[in-house]
Amino acid sequence: MLAGMSIPPTTGRAQSPAIFVQGLEKSYKQLRVLRGVDFEVARGGIFALLGSNGAGKTTLVKILSTLLKADAGTARVNGLDVAEQPAEVRESISLTGQFAAVDEVLSGRENLVLVARLRRLRDPGVIADDLLRRFSLTEAGTRRVAAYSGGMRRRLDIAMSLIGHPPVIFLDEPTAGLDPQARIEVWQAVEELAAGGTTVLLTTQYLNEAEQLADRIAILHEGRIIVDGTLAELKQLVPPAEVEYVEKQPSLEDVFLAVLGGAGDQDER
Amino acid sequence: MATHLLGDTTVLTGRTMRHITRSPDTIVTTVITPIAIMLMFVYVFGGAIDTGSVSYVNYMLPGILLITIASGVSYTAFRLFGDIQSGIFERFQSMPIARPGMLWAHVLTSLAANVISLVVVVGVALLMGFRSSAGVPAWLAVAGILLLFTLALTWLAVIPGLTAKSVDGASAFAYPLIFLPFVSSAFAPTDTMPGPVRAFAEHQPVTSIVDTIRDLLAQRPVGTAIWIALAWCAGILVLAYLFAGISYRRRIS
Repeated sequence: MLAGMSIPPTTGRAQSPAIFVQGLEKSYKQLRVLRGVDFEVARGGIFALLGSNGAGKTTLVKILSTLLKADAGTARVNGLDVAEQPAEVRESISLTGQFAAVDEVLSGRENLVLVARLRRLRDPGVIADDLLRRFSLTEAGTRRVAAYSGGMRRRLDIAMSLIGHPPVIFLDEPTAGLDPQARIEVWQAVEELAAGGTTVLLTTQYLNEAEQLADRIAILHEGRIIVDGTLAELKQLVPPAEVEYVEKQPSLEDVFLAVLGGAGDQDER
Repeated sequence: MATHLLGDTTVLTGRTMRHITRSPDTIVTTVITPIAIMLMFVYVFGGAIDTGSVSYVNYMLPGILLITIASGVSYTAFRLFGDIQSGIFERFQSMPIARPGMLWAHVLTSLAANVISLVVVVGVALLMGFRSSAGVPAWLAVAGILLLFTLALTWLAVIPGLTAKSVDGASAFAYPLIFLPFVSSAFAPTDTMPGPVRAFAEHQPVTSIVDTIRDLLAQRPVGTAIWIALAWCAGILVLAYLFAGISYRRRIS
């Protein structure tokens, strides 16, 4: 009788936003990092959380991925409360932290197999080979990760997060410390992720990254979300554009990428 | 959940074991200090230490084995700290797995690595003239005490592994442990030591453990020393396990 009264959990989850955060607060001793964060992320697509260093982006991601407990407020991921159902939340997410969390002693393939086995999936070897192919790591697959470039590590890192198809993925500054070419490789990987229907929450301090990738952007500043919307909506916050004629000079990044051209086979070092 | 813990620990232990088998230099670094001390004491100082009718190699091997374990567990702290630094720890903690499996994997790997190191050191001691007529039960008892001691020190090593701020901090805790056998009955009989030193030496854990192993290997009755030794090991194990648990919960909350 009681069961009939309650909403079946699957329906509830499908209707709920992928991420729901309300009044979230977190302090480290005297330092108030999060001072009442509110935002919602709809299912599917890429949501970018912009903020300068120390804005609280990583703290927020750690709370959402059940690594930290909030002092106050509510956070739900995939309709599940992070404080009350952390184990169920972990079934629904993947976290790619600030540093490529890969095992250097293992090969790329072994890293993938390890995660697939921990998620208790069938045919871990097949899953690994498939991901190596999708992220152009097949050739490097049997080599130890210690010999990988920064971009290759990040690609492997993101590939590891895809295993088991979690509906929500957190990417904490996925391109920090990468060269321009590796950054573009990671962007492609992230776009591929979102194309598969996964909800991606991405933190970044690079404005062009948010502009390039995100469907919606929120700006976290001094522990609060100060703006939240699509790029077009955010652009309306400033005075309308004036038409100016300027000579289009190639940026140094354009030059760098053009000079490297196709010669830069990503697996070569 | 219990079956998950077992399965996940097995998978994660497979990973940490590869860190040992793929970089055997960690075993070499672990055994080099105890072997160097053994060479020094047997061929330099040993002749001047009166151990009665017992050959000096036979006399000091138990202490050397404890030094081997102390230097071995510092690698456990080092590897655990490395996992936290690299973000692997957080990756696994955010996955749907039995969370303590990560710690158990490091503990089991520590046991395996220390067994290898101990076998190597005993092998070198045999080359240097160590002999024992002890039978299988006595050797099993020795192995059991050494394993219990390794388990206790490994859980102790988990604490700095989880809480350290730097690599040096993570492995520095082992230095006093390596030094402890020198102020015990491991290298010289305690009755020639001055009062306070002697009092310390006779009442610290290493002496009872060394005396027990020495008696077992020499086929002498072990007396009450074995109970004191086991009580020390169990006491350290329980306390270290509790504090490791507290450090762990602090890290994940």
